[in-house]
Amino acid sequence: MGERDGHLLTVAGLEALLQALTAQGRRLIGPTIRDGAILYEEIEGIADLPRGWTDEQGPGSYRLRRREDDALFGHVVGPHSWKRFLHPPRRELWRARERDGEVELRPAALPEERLALVGVRSCELAAIRIQDRVLLEGPFADPHYRAMRERIFLLAVDCGEPAATCFCTSMGGGPQAREGFDLALTEILLDGERCFFLRTGSAAGAALVAELDPPPADARAKSAAAAVVERARASMGRKMPEADIRDLLLASLDHPRWERIAERCLACTNCTLVCPTCFCSTVEDTNDLLSGETVRSQRWDSCFSAEFSYMNGRAVRAGTASRYRQWMVHKLATWHDQFGSSGCVGCGRCITWCPVGIDITEEVAAFAAGAAVPAEGD
Amino acid sequence: MAEAQTGRRRAKKPRLAVWKFTSCDGCQLTLLDLEDELLAIAEALEIAYFPEATSRPLRGRYDLSLVEGSITTPEERERILEVRRRSRHLVAIGACATAGGIQALRNFADVAEYARIVYARPDYIRTLASSTPISDHVPVDFELRGCPIAKHQLLETVAAFLHGRRPHIPTHSVCAECKLAGNACVLVGAGTPCLGPATRAGCGALCPSFGRGCYGCFGPMENPNPPSLSDRLAALGMEKETLRRFWRSFNAGAPDFRRESARHGP
Repeated sequence: MGERDGHLLTVAGLEALLQALTAQGRRLIGPTIRDGAILYEEIEGIADLPRGWTDEQGPGSYRLRRREDDALFGHVVGPHSWKRFLHPPRRELWRARERDGEVELRPAALPEERLALVGVRSCELAAIRIQDRVLLEGPFADPHYRAMRERIFLLAVDCGEPAATCFCTSMGGGPQAREGFDLALTEILLDGERCFFLRTGSAAGAALVAELDPPPADARAKSAAAAVVERARASMGRKMPEADIRDLLLASLDHPRWERIAERCLACTNCTLVCPTCFCSTVEDTNDLLSGETVRSQRWDSCFSAEFSYMNGRAVRAGTASRYRQWMVHKLATWHDQFGSSGCVGCGRCITWCPVGIDITEEVAAFAAGAAVPAEGD
Repeated sequence: MAEAQTGRRRAKKPRLAVWKFTSCDGCQLTLLDLEDELLAIAEALEIAYFPEATSRPLRGRYDLSLVEGSITTPEERERILEVRRRSRHLVAIGACATAGGIQALRNFADVAEYARIVYARPDYIRTLASSTPISDHVPVDFELRGCPIAKHQLLETVAAFLHGRRPHIPTHSVCAECKLAGNACVLVGAGTPCLGPATRAGCGALCPSFGRGCYGCFGPMENPNPPSLSDRLAALGMEKETLRRFWRSFNAGAPDFRRESARHGP
């Protein structure tokens, strides 16, 4: 696949790449500035990218700042993740109506749209891989997800400057895109000129490279790209403790820390909805006033809502402590048992977008430090 | 009475009534604002009593009563009992009917003193010392929050009533609606004071969608944590007096908001 070799792409070359993707009939989705944040929305080309901007992130805080250079990908991840497109917030599943005494059921059409996701980070490739396991490889494959996933083109970007909330390296990933992409870029400067080291990760990516025919990357470009990734690796903003987190959390189910977290936790659902791997959804039936036509639709749900654990007349997880525990223990512990990996990729979104700045790495560290506290029963 | 009975024989549609107590009428106007669906509603239900849409009050019994407004006068305290007696299902609509409304600010003050300041002849004013929700006076079958209520929630409630099912009215935070809509959080992203993380969804995250913080029109969400949100707002620079006012507006009388505002001043 020539992944080891790589090519060199100028900024104009990147524009040509984006236009070639558009010419394939794909809609480009990429990072762009709206409402004071970098969001994933439809873009037309590099003019829509947040060139010269970066994002300063901390627990419960996010601000855009002007960069001193004109980097195109000099930012990290914002409140959106790609699940917005692969596993959308709301979609219709089917509609039904009664006709001549028979119930007529019409499933919603599967999407035919082809997307190209531009600027996918290593943590996000890992998140897509995790959602693949959940939504495609389990006993029940989601046909909508499959239809989107099979048509998608992933243009990845290596991270050069992690945010203060990033900890992908603790979760076995990033800052470099390693697999699961079609093409991957590393933004570099060569003799003061902004360009990209381009790696190929799939046949679809290779076909595009053949079409665009950029020059092969020389040793200087490769070492510049390696230096970008190395610098990013060395400047991770946060670190997940190196304990066996699964065993630690499962042994801490009765730890008093859960109640302490609940004193701060708003149960607002933000962490779950910004998380690129949280996949829970609920279904709602609504019907037309007169015809009685019923529409069943699916929408994102969250384990922080009462409805989520509502069974037999009451919410099983009545209080916030039990909801936070459910989220964190599933994400970091029982996910291993269920899906064969952690459910966390270290993107830091849950830290940044928590209105009160609850930090999952800090909480795990607190459990690790308090591991001496014996767990009582189960 | 005779007229109402004739009406019932003519068509066996469920009879809908809309009642008004102390309120601004905004919530009942939401029914008229359902322009696309109004004809369907009129076809499915007999709109038997609706002062905003007709000046012809009918007597009798009603299958679905939508009750707007709070109880603020001795007369209203009696009338709501009568409405309950006449209603098979009673749905309280809006912040006034579910929490006492903005006029529940009187609950924190001396109403007699207000009357002296505002009215030339305060002795003409006969009012209660507090503004209270409908559920303080009679059993309520369902509550629709909001100042005003959301028309899609009203429609959903009416549709659910007609089909004998439970309405889908989420009780989680406004944040969930914001995230579903794809908004960037105004609190995290700009430090804008926002009650969204403690407020019940329903408005479709209207204010945050336009870069404003949430004012809490839909009242407390289930399981809210107002003290933690106040701590955050204080850390962002909100003064104690502002915090008190922030929690004390359209849903000042809702217990979770009332308790929180009281933590920041009388």
